[in-house]
Amino acid sequence: MADVHPLPPARPEVIYQVSTAGIGVVQRPLSLGQKLASHGGLRKVVVLIVLALIWEGYGRWLANDLLFPTFSATLVAFWNSFVTGELIKATWYSMKVLFQGYAAGLILAGLLTALASATRVGADLLEVLTAMFNPLPSIALLPLAMIWFGLGNAGIIFVLIHAVLWSVALNTHAGFRGVSPTWRMVGQNYGLSSFGYVTRILIPGAFPSILTGLKIGWAFAWRTLIAAELVFGANSGGGGLGWYIFQSKNSLEIPSVFAGLLTVILLGLVVENFIFLTAEKMTVRRWGMQT
Amino acid sequence: MSVGANPLLAVKGVTLQYQTRDHLVTATYRVSFDIYKSDRYVILGPSGCGKSTLLKAVGGFIRPVEGEIHLNDVSITKPGPDRVLVFQEFDQLLPWKTVKQNIAFALTASGKMNGKEADQRALHYIDMVGLTKFADNYPHTLSGGMKQRVAIARGMAMEPAILLMDEPFAALDALTRAKMQEELLQLWEDTKFTVLFVTHSITEAVRVGNRILLLSAHPGQVKGEINSTGIDDIGADGKLLSDRIEHLLFEQQIADRSTTHG
Repeated sequence: MADVHPLPPARPEVIYQVSTAGIGVVQRPLSLGQKLASHGGLRKVVVLIVLALIWEGYGRWLANDLLFPTFSATLVAFWNSFVTGELIKATWYSMKVLFQGYAAGLILAGLLTALASATRVGADLLEVLTAMFNPLPSIALLPLAMIWFGLGNAGIIFVLIHAVLWSVALNTHAGFRGVSPTWRMVGQNYGLSSFGYVTRILIPGAFPSILTGLKIGWAFAWRTLIAAELVFGANSGGGGLGWYIFQSKNSLEIPSVFAGLLTVILLGLVVENFIFLTAEKMTVRRWGMQT
Repeated sequence: MSVGANPLLAVKGVTLQYQTRDHLVTATYRVSFDIYKSDRYVILGPSGCGKSTLLKAVGGFIRPVEGEIHLNDVSITKPGPDRVLVFQEFDQLLPWKTVKQNIAFALTASGKMNGKEADQRALHYIDMVGLTKFADNYPHTLSGGMKQRVAIARGMAMEPAILLMDEPFAALDALTRAKMQEELLQLWEDTKFTVLFVTHSITEAVRVGNRILLLSAHPGQVKGEINSTGIDDIGADGKLLSDRIEHLLFEQQIADRSTTHG
């Protein structure tokens, strides 16, 4: 037996004296280079510059402005349209429609989620509706919208609502259901009424999900809008960015097409990296609910 | 204490049941006990004896299927700020509020006081638990022990008729837990609040409580009520208090085990 399971050897106890002398660096601030390298925004700017250089190089090598204009030609077209105010007008027009659709979608999503949170039938309704309509691309509804609402903004707003509503409602509802039971009991314990309970416990508790829903809804709405404008075109009020791209293509001003696309990309970047990121930093990241 | 005085909290023949997916579970069966003002009343029992369920029933989150719970002779029907719960979970603090806001929120939500008063009282209780430096910190920047201190400060700031503590130190490491027990006793010395404390640790029950209710397991039934001075002393029967409690709680199982092994 003793051979199969030998006991560990007996060892004397040892006590050491510990001191920090001679270790060198225990803690020191990072150098400027290390700080810059750890700045996420700066790294992304470098990536953008590299991509722009590749674009420019390929465009020059191809030397065909009708197929693939260079980065510099796109910038020139962008600047020209910007100076004439054409691009600003188109952007402003698109934004106006977008905000109307986004806001209407959010209001409807709020109502639907409230109904779903209050009653079981409402929850079933929300789940069935989102399961049906969430996979349906908004653009697929465009022909119908044109028949129902005519060639105006009402049709575009209709498809925008469809783009925003389901993802926001789904995420908000999932967020509400995921609010920790402990927080719920804390809210009840301090005697919060139904309205106070929703605004002071449920909404902040579900905020990470709500924010995700808002972001997804925004991205869907933005894509849908540009696509819808390409089809709908302009009406009496003027045209949006999609229309600008479409028209530039028709008159074979390909650098302007690229300038229009660049504007779409830039606006997306601005909204994602400034508006939503700031909202995140001020809320869920500050609260340690998301890292 | 003379038992002639009216109890603050009277639990009379309370049976509690809850439903799981496919069972109806009886958590406690006809449990009765009285708590008087300034008691440090401990409910002690093995896991599955329904002690947390009992505490939630006193909190008003669960209705008894039989029996009644009275606070100052008024029947308890729903949660209210006169009975504040301190949970075991660290996430009982709202992460979107700072330490100070968490306490002030409790005071304003219950309509007890307005903004400025609430802030002042919050700071006073933060000071009592020694966290003045962290008043403007968000909970996720605090350690587990600090979070529990804030939760206790929040409960005490409400100055409830009775403070309900559901294994508040169970998720802490042993050293922090011992320290928190001392701090709780010190706070009690200062304000003599009434507390109902649930635990499954015999040593914690002996240390914290002045009276200990012993519950049997599955479903919880009262096995006895025992007094404690806070020190694990040798009693009249020549046994340590903790040994006596262990014997009372587990004698059946010990007897079972010895028969199967014998």
